Amino acid sequence: MKKLSARRRHPLAAVVVLLLALAATGGLYAAFAPAGKAQADDTAQSLAIDEGKKLYSVGCASCHGSGGQGTTDGPSLVGVGSAAVDFQVGTGRMPAQQPGAQVPKKKVIYNQAQIDQLAAYVASLGAGPITPKQSQVDPSGADVAKGGDLFRTNCAQCHNFTGKGGALTDGKYAPDLEGVSPKHIYEAMQTGPQSMPSFPDSTMPEQEKKDIIAYIKTVNGDDSASPGGLSLGGLGPVSEGLFGWIFGLGGLIAIAVWVAAHTAKAKKS
Amino acid sequence: MSSQEISEEGLPAEQDTAHGAVKVADDPFADPGLPAHRPRIQDIDERAAKRSERTVALMFTLSMLATIGFIASYVIFPVDKIVFIWPFGHVSALNFSLGLTLGLALFLIGAGAVHWARTLMSDVEVADDRHPIEATPEVKAKVLADFADGARESAIGRRKLIRNTMFGALALVPLSGVVLLRDLGPLPEKKLRNTLWAKGKQLVNMNTMEPLRPEDVVVGSLTFAMPEGLEEDAHDFQNQIAKAALMIVRIEPDDIKDKQSREWAHEGIVAFSKICTHVGCPISLYEQQTHHVLCPCHQSTFDLSDGARVIFGPAGHPLPQLRIGVNSEGNLEALGDFAEPVGPAFWERG
Amino acid sequence: MSTVTDTQRKAPAGERVADWADGRLGIYGLAKANMRKIFPDHWSFMLGEICLYSFIIIILTGVYLTLFFHPSMNEVVYHGPYEPMQGIRMSEAYASTLDISFDVRGGLLMRQIHHWAAVIFLAGMFVHMFRVFFTGAYRKPREINWLFGFLLFVLGMFTGFTGYSLPDDLLSGTGVRFTQGAILSMPIVGTYISMFLFGGEFPGTDIIARFYSIHILLLPGIMLGLVVGHLILVFFHKHTQFAGPGKTNKNVVGMPLLPVYMAKAGGFFFLVFGFIAMIAAIATINPIWALGPYRPDQVSTGAQPDWYMGFAEGFVRVMPGWEINLWGHTLVLGVLIPLVLFGLVLGALALYPFIESWVTGDKREHHILDKPRNAPTRTALGVAWVTIYFVMLIGGGNDIWATHFHLSLNAISWFVRIAFFAGPVLAFIVTRRICLGLQRRDKEKVLHGRESGTIKRLPHGEFVEIHEPLGPEQLHTLTAHEQYKPIEIGPTVDENGVERKPSALQKLRARLSRSYYGEGNQIPKPTAEEYKEITSGHGHH
Repeated sequence: MKKLSARRRHPLAAVVVLLLALAATGGLYAAFAPAGKAQADDTAQSLAIDEGKKLYSVGCASCHGSGGQGTTDGPSLVGVGSAAVDFQVGTGRMPAQQPGAQVPKKKVIYNQAQIDQLAAYVASLGAGPITPKQSQVDPSGADVAKGGDLFRTNCAQCHNFTGKGGALTDGKYAPDLEGVSPKHIYEAMQTGPQSMPSFPDSTMPEQEKKDIIAYIKTVNGDDSASPGGLSLGGLGPVSEGLFGWIFGLGGLIAIAVWVAAHTAKAKKS
Repeated sequence: MSSQEISEEGLPAEQDTAHGAVKVADDPFADPGLPAHRPRIQDIDERAAKRSERTVALMFTLSMLATIGFIASYVIFPVDKIVFIWPFGHVSALNFSLGLTLGLALFLIGAGAVHWARTLMSDVEVADDRHPIEATPEVKAKVLADFADGARESAIGRRKLIRNTMFGALALVPLSGVVLLRDLGPLPEKKLRNTLWAKGKQLVNMNTMEPLRPEDVVVGSLTFAMPEGLEEDAHDFQNQIAKAALMIVRIEPDDIKDKQSREWAHEGIVAFSKICTHVGCPISLYEQQTHHVLCPCHQSTFDLSDGARVIFGPAGHPLPQLRIGVNSEGNLEALGDFAEPVGPAFWERG
Repeated sequence: MSTVTDTQRKAPAGERVADWADGRLGIYGLAKANMRKIFPDHWSFMLGEICLYSFIIIILTGVYLTLFFHPSMNEVVYHGPYEPMQGIRMSEAYASTLDISFDVRGGLLMRQIHHWAAVIFLAGMFVHMFRVFFTGAYRKPREINWLFGFLLFVLGMFTGFTGYSLPDDLLSGTGVRFTQGAILSMPIVGTYISMFLFGGEFPGTDIIARFYSIHILLLPGIMLGLVVGHLILVFFHKHTQFAGPGKTNKNVVGMPLLPVYMAKAGGFFFLVFGFIAMIAAIATINPIWALGPYRPDQVSTGAQPDWYMGFAEGFVRVMPGWEINLWGHTLVLGVLIPLVLFGLVLGALALYPFIESWVTGDKREHHILDKPRNAPTRTALGVAWVTIYFVMLIGGGNDIWATHFHLSLNAISWFVRIAFFAGPVLAFIVTRRICLGLQRRDKEKVLHGRESGTIKRLPHGEFVEIHEPLGPEQLHTLTAHEQYKPIEIGPTVDENGVERKPSALQKLRARLSRSYYGEGNQIPKPTAEEYKEITSGHGHH
């Protein structure tokens, strides 16, 4: 025992530990994984990676480099994980039309299968956040009110009270969250696309992300209630002020013109 | 500086003396007087007048119906009923129906009254004379004389002792009111200089309410923290969090330009006050690619990779940084309070 | 005087009530002077009525709201019907506002009418004030009423601000935080005032209750007094009127209070109330349930005050962050200068009537309104002021403009910084030129008649447009305005040969007078001689 602790700081100790750990993990995996399925999954996985690589070299390599190492036009994709690819490509942000302050979301040009292949390829370049499963992002049963509180602490400063979006510096902006799928919201929190910081599970556990998704879906969905009437964009006093001036005061002045106008006179005969 | 020095001839002539009735013949711009009244259709056609009458009565009647509609809506619609009404969206049935019926009931009364005035009441314009607002010299003389009499009878000018002590008393008495305001609040003392942070206080993640560990905070992420021991239901929670709120990000140590900032960080984890140094909004629009953080209230922009230096906007000094380290349990902890007051600047800040 | 017949005649009930009141209040005397009082008809004279009526609506709905609102910062946990707030800690003020919105039937409507009416009240006062400004209606004898109106506008801003803060929601709380930060910036007294106002450190537990008494009692009480004074003066001075046939400085032409104005003004109250109620039915204002309760460590983007505080917000946003640290003290110029500018810009408006009357030296009463074009310098100054105001409003909402017009926030801030200096100058020059152009057109019209649109071909082939001469009514209307001559300093040597040195103030005044009324700064109106020469010669041009 004493010998072992004396060699703990040997330069190769870390390598030994790592190898042991890998062996242990592999052994455990081999012991527990259903053998046949693992085999099949592996094959499917490597097929997907191959397909993804083809798609990648056509659509992505010009900016992100042939091996995902990044160029002056695009960042390295090593270690961004499949979740980042699923978000960026799945919302149409990638492939970008042109490099700029911010790449906007637009029409998605790949189908989900292709996106998954791309994601598999990029994930193979280095470990990173993985695309969440449906059960991870499903907001049903989540605590909407808790989500609202978390939203106001972590999200509202950029995305506004109900996720209507807002301005950042130099023409960048936090987008409106209406219509964004739970999976993409989840991935955005997980990976921190573009200017947005990430909110990894270590500081914001999965359940809290679900709460936030539930809150966004409640207050900023297609059928979110706006009890008072027109929500005027949900932007607060600026749009209220404009509405008050143009329709409120404008309408009242139109009425005043009618009240004060001379009544039509009889035609001169 | 007075108007007396201005000769009256500099002023334009009063228009009704310039265009007096006498000169009408030679002055093409003279006032021709009020035009003759021209009758409205309703003045000469009784059928038109009758139509107007019916319109007005119809409006008043519809107003009555709208009020009944208001009461009916109040009774019929549950307060939480949401209905979809194009183009307004998913709105409260009660708010919508009450507002429209009340609005109509009122509007129709107004519209009826105005239509009545416009079509059936006389529209003959008449002129009313104005009278100068200034008093005549006689009135003014009388008032001044009365005032002099009163002043003399009171002897306020002669008995100076009375006058002076009265002014003194009147000047002092409001002081009581001012003194009474003293207990509106405590004196500032050092309250704005201290926060709840102290050496050894752990940083608690505001999402999970668990102590933060360095490995939780990855590059590019954003986390908010408060001091351990602060409970949301504490009576002074709001006051304390208003000063102690922290914003935590991790920057590659080599990317931190400011030397002190790098030293006060833990392995690149920097903890800055979340309270803007401009007027105190919680600033946290963190752009992870540039490490710039923007205030949503007045757009002050700080560079977290450079000691939170102000790079745009109205803030006058950087966000204070909290010096942090790791305790024996492996959790992030403060190594003391902020070195300078957090939040907006003030006179005694120095 | 046969009292016998009087007692024999049985007076109708209404008359008997009036008799009773007259014996105690002297109402017949009042009615004699006012019942058939004449009011001129013009839509722009009804802007003030919009303000008056929205003020009344605000009071009515406000009283209703006090029945349900709890001005307390005690914290409670919400368990009401609004799901996204269930289990959230909030102040009683916020919880009771949620209750008004979701539990009290019609409570949401009253809240929305109250708030919409406030937005319209302030907007109405703004437009009303500039109607008065651009027509010169503030001139003697109405300067005091101008000040009353000005005070109403300023107090209205602060009443609005305190009311907007009462629900203790995240948006308004951010505004209160700003107020506290701004107070802290005041040299020497800042920290003391902040501690006294908030009962300690921010946010404390007192501010909502204190704002409540300010919002529902102190400020509206003062405003009510000012409104009454404002109206009494309107009655006393009698309304101004535009120039026109039969309208002189010594009369007022229009229709009598009873019945026409009673019906029109009374009806207009109902129209305004009804219209605002319908707006409150269809458009949300300040949905506090979506904003969340205030916490000093939370915030949302798009944090703006209501529009009437927007220009102050603009000053604060675009100001560079100047801060001076000397001898252990901090002078927060980045916040202080916007505060001072806020006061100066508003103050300039209050003082303007007195400045203008000093420049003109005119001590006479004015009851005929100016057309804005006939007072080019005043109109240009007014437009310059409005330009500053609206540039700052843009600054106050720069983040919303940025996202909705795809612009850079920073670029907008720079635009506002430059436009604060350049905008009013440009606006002044352009407006004055437009005014002078319109004056020239009026002069043309008087001398050569109206362009009829009919083209005639002359025998030698030239095409000319036929100009129809104006009737006497239009000729009078277009020439009725007064024109001042610029003040001369006069000879520097008086009649006794003693040298007289004009003071700096006199020189300034002469300069200002020249810039108002000097050559090229107004177009001399046509004279009768010019007119006769042209019309008698039958010549076209």
